[in-house]
Amino acid sequence: MPQIVVENLVKTYRIAERRPGLWGAFRGIVQRSHRTIRALDGISFSLEAGELVGYIGPNGAGKSTTVKILSGIVVPDSGHCAVQGRVPWQDRIRHVARIGVVFGQRTQLWWDLPAIESFDLLRDIYKVPCAAYRHKRDALIAMLELGSFLDVPVRQLSLGQRMRCDLAAALLHSPGLLFLDEPTIGLDAVSKLAMRDFIKELNRQEGTTVILTTHDMDDIEALCNRVMVIGDGAILSDGSLAELRARVSSERRLIVDLVDATATIDDEAARVVQRDGPRVHLSFAPERISAPALISRITARHEVRDLFVENPPIEEVIAQLYRDRP
Amino acid sequence: MRPYLSVLSARIRMLLQYRAAALAGMSTQLFWGLIRVMIFEAFYRTSLQAQPMTYAEVVNYVWLGQALFALLPWLPDNDVRTMVRTGTVAYELVRPIDLYAFWYSRCLANRIAPALLRSVPLFCLAFLFFGLQPPASPAAAAAWALATLAAILLGGALSNLVNISLLWTIAGEGTIQMLGICIYVFSGMVIPLPLFPDALQPLLNFMPFRGLADTPFRLYMGHIPASQVWAVVGHQLAWTVALVGLGRFLLYRGTRRLVVQGG
Repeated sequence: MPQIVVENLVKTYRIAERRPGLWGAFRGIVQRSHRTIRALDGISFSLEAGELVGYIGPNGAGKSTTVKILSGIVVPDSGHCAVQGRVPWQDRIRHVARIGVVFGQRTQLWWDLPAIESFDLLRDIYKVPCAAYRHKRDALIAMLELGSFLDVPVRQLSLGQRMRCDLAAALLHSPGLLFLDEPTIGLDAVSKLAMRDFIKELNRQEGTTVILTTHDMDDIEALCNRVMVIGDGAILSDGSLAELRARVSSERRLIVDLVDATATIDDEAARVVQRDGPRVHLSFAPERISAPALISRITARHEVRDLFVENPPIEEVIAQLYRDRP
Repeated sequence: MRPYLSVLSARIRMLLQYRAAALAGMSTQLFWGLIRVMIFEAFYRTSLQAQPMTYAEVVNYVWLGQALFALLPWLPDNDVRTMVRTGTVAYELVRPIDLYAFWYSRCLANRIAPALLRSVPLFCLAFLFFGLQPPASPAAAAAWALATLAAILLGGALSNLVNISLLWTIAGEGTIQMLGICIYVFSGMVIPLPLFPDALQPLLNFMPFRGLADTPFRLYMGHIPASQVWAVVGHQLAWTVALVGLGRFLLYRGTRRLVVQGG
């Protein structure tokens, strides 16, 4: 049985609209106007235990709303959802005892206390047995390298240090399911890589199911074997990264460094998408012409110093998907 | 119980760090105590009618009020307000514990910790220099202690209600100020309640605020005989139960319509 089943979730928010200007503010006192936003417009998916899923979409697409419904914080207007066999918002306390959540933009640690004291408090809140707690805590401290700043008040930590502490805090009770809402937001390259390695290991070693929302496509490429794309409250695509690429466009890129920087490439099966001096980026469809055929044709016509073939960057794939949506 | 007790103790440990705030609060309360005593002295010197409380009793009443001022829930708890404003409240909802009890523990800690820091020195000063008398009898002392405990529980229920109202109003200045003024006036912190007009007494007796300060203070000085402690505590606890019930209902409704601020 899947670990998470989501069927037809709908969530709307009513937003009080303010008319612009001073006069508008006065009118707003007597006459309120409301606008209804459909944050989720009937989304459905299911997830098996042990999956590492990327959940991506533009700002306001409904990613965070989905995570909040799945973690029992927000109640949907309609639709069904079962996580580990429980409806999150009906059986909140038992549900949340088995999940871990990290919201990248907020912290769950007590601002004025060292992280270690927050950990101890979380042990009592989650009723983790002492021996199991010590074991898990020490393992997390070692893996995330928290040792050097555990007794510093959280407000004095750098963002990267705080995020690592937050991640540890979400895992102290060994949840089988982890929601990460933009965990790498604002982190430097080194911290991002460390974070990714950790998440990957967690998923591989402990079989923890991870749902990751992010805007960082490198996170997705490095981590996720499945990607769900959401836009305007509906799921636009659900599958592996390769399937996503294939669905949007099977296009590939051929990048050629010419010896003659002024020469132009004119080929009926490929189009030039970018040109930087001697370097030409060509886009071609493999079903029309195979890569070796295109390469041999171009090398026959031009003197080439170097060339390579690559997939279009995932950002472009996603942007294409948003543009193409009905 | 364990998680709630840990929240309570962690919170108290944290609040005990704020020594400067305690010192500032103490001097303010000392200053106000002196002014209030002076006003009542002027009043008693010029009043020709017999009053329902003697001047010595009023002085006791005032100093008890100043010493235990921090127990009154008339100031809001900033932490829950900040959580609701910034959306960190989402983390509160992913904890496998009862949210009402969780916040209630916080409220209790927010009352107890500052009161611990401030009341002991203020009691000593008031005893030594400003005419505070010891409790009327050992029975009165016991009755006062019991009623003070019940007052803390009642105060927690009231401030938790303010916390929960934040789920609707976000900023919450309105409800906080309204409730704050009610608590301040109707608990007897401005004028001892027995000095209010007779016509108001039934209303004052009914409302929960009396149980926060007035009735425990009067048990202390024997103005209410210690034998009536059960009526006093019964009134406090009945209101506590009612307010907890209301708070739980509102919290249930509030979390159903929750919008997490800030995405």
